[in-house]
Amino acid sequence: MARSSSMSAVAHFGVGRVARVRMAIVVVLLALWEAVAMSGWLFRDVVPRLEKIGRALVTLLAKPDLYANLGATASEVGVSIVIGGIAGVAVGLLLGGNRTLGKAFEPYLHYLGPTPKIIFFPIMIMWFGVGGGSKIAMGAISCFFPMAISTAVGMREIDAVLVRVGKSFRAGVGQMVTKIYLPAMRPAMLTGLRLGLGVAIIGVLLAETKLSNRGLGYMVIQSYTRFDIAEMYALLIVVFLLAIAANALVSRLGALRRGGA
Amino acid sequence: MTTRRDTGTTWGPIGLGLATLVGVFAAVEAMIRVGWINGFIVPLPSAVLLSFERIIVEEGVLRRFLFTAAEALAAGTLVAVCGTSLGVLLYRRQILRLACENWVAALAAAPLVLIYPLFLVIFGRNALTIVMIGFLSGLPPAILKTVEGLSSTRRVLIDVGRSFNLSPSQQFRKILFPAALPTIFVGLRLGLMFALINIVGVEFLINFGGLGQFVNELAERYDLPAMYAAIFFVILVSVGFFLLTERIERWLGRVR
Repeated sequence: MARSSSMSAVAHFGVGRVARVRMAIVVVLLALWEAVAMSGWLFRDVVPRLEKIGRALVTLLAKPDLYANLGATASEVGVSIVIGGIAGVAVGLLLGGNRTLGKAFEPYLHYLGPTPKIIFFPIMIMWFGVGGGSKIAMGAISCFFPMAISTAVGMREIDAVLVRVGKSFRAGVGQMVTKIYLPAMRPAMLTGLRLGLGVAIIGVLLAETKLSNRGLGYMVIQSYTRFDIAEMYALLIVVFLLAIAANALVSRLGALRRGGA
Repeated sequence: MTTRRDTGTTWGPIGLGLATLVGVFAAVEAMIRVGWINGFIVPLPSAVLLSFERIIVEEGVLRRFLFTAAEALAAGTLVAVCGTSLGVLLYRRQILRLACENWVAALAAAPLVLIYPLFLVIFGRNALTIVMIGFLSGLPPAILKTVEGLSSTRRVLIDVGRSFNLSPSQQFRKILFPAALPTIFVGLRLGLMFALINIVGVEFLINFGGLGQFVNELAERYDLPAMYAAIFFVILVSVGFFLLTERIERWLGRVR
């Protein structure tokens, strides 16, 4: 509904006018940036000229180093989502399917969910070492909570008729999960996955900035250490665009599924 | 309405949850004592419990909590003022909203906290860097929810305001803002939560400030029981903050 009202508003103003306003905002922001860079108000190189950032971005994209580190971060995020996601779905199914267990343990999920997970990093280092294991663990615990909470909520919102239909066909536990629960909970689980993906990326990247020798977070902190600010901006642009693209991809997947359902 | 029967059915699961928690701690204590879990990696839960006194009396955890709370308050104030103002601006200027709302939503999905090395360069290794990171990360939900709250004000309320010939500012103060307040608060709550998470996180990463730095310091000292106690303390602060803001949110929902 919000989408349709937004589309009608776009139709009212005209796509061209909205695009022109966007263009104007971008031009003003870039001009402001360039003015600050040339003004000398901040320390030299803290706000580099746009041309310098552009060159750093091109150089960065041509470096094989970037892709090796991107691969390391992507694999850590991927594995952490698989581990945290599966654990989250299992716990969510258990708590959402049993009222007593839900009332007993779900409050802890809600309480621990908004806790800054990075403070668990020293524990993860001790348990899983200084390599990729501790980063995967950081991503997994970050991803676990939104997945578990969304799955539990989705499980409780399943239409009782669907459950009765499954039981009337004498479906076993496995069949109920694969044929009734999981398909009915898909929207809630995709929401959990989208939230989980975002926090898993943050968890892994922050852990890499703290203690690592590979990954995009490591590259960012290395450019800070070398005071290569233009490269740091270029890296941040790449990381932000990738994170936004990953998030948009999962959102689009959810929309496609809803459309197809 | 809560009946005696309801209360009875609620206390049972709460007791089960607490009993399980105590049982897990007791099991971990036993496993460490018999040597199944390495005591150099996981400290005895009883030692963690005892070190609470030490972190309060000797390590000044309350002072550090106040430092973090002050940073969160500063970031929260900035989020509230700038987030609501920008939200109102986007609501009032439809063309700006159409042009920028997706960008704000995209920012909410970006790992903004990763910008902290840049802020270290710009602002230095001080509380300003931490506050600015908290502010930045809390801003998108505050803006988006303000726009959503104002846009979803019921048409009939706006028409009532018009029938009383209210000026645009009166319309805003007496109709739009009160009607949107619960939704705006949801955004502020999310924003404050993101701000708090990132503030503690950056304190930990740059080893400066309150509770985050405290955890990092204890980890570097390899004082495991105190480190676990400090982590529990941070969890308690998060839980307290979560419950307080949830209660205010419910109250605002009822007032509406």
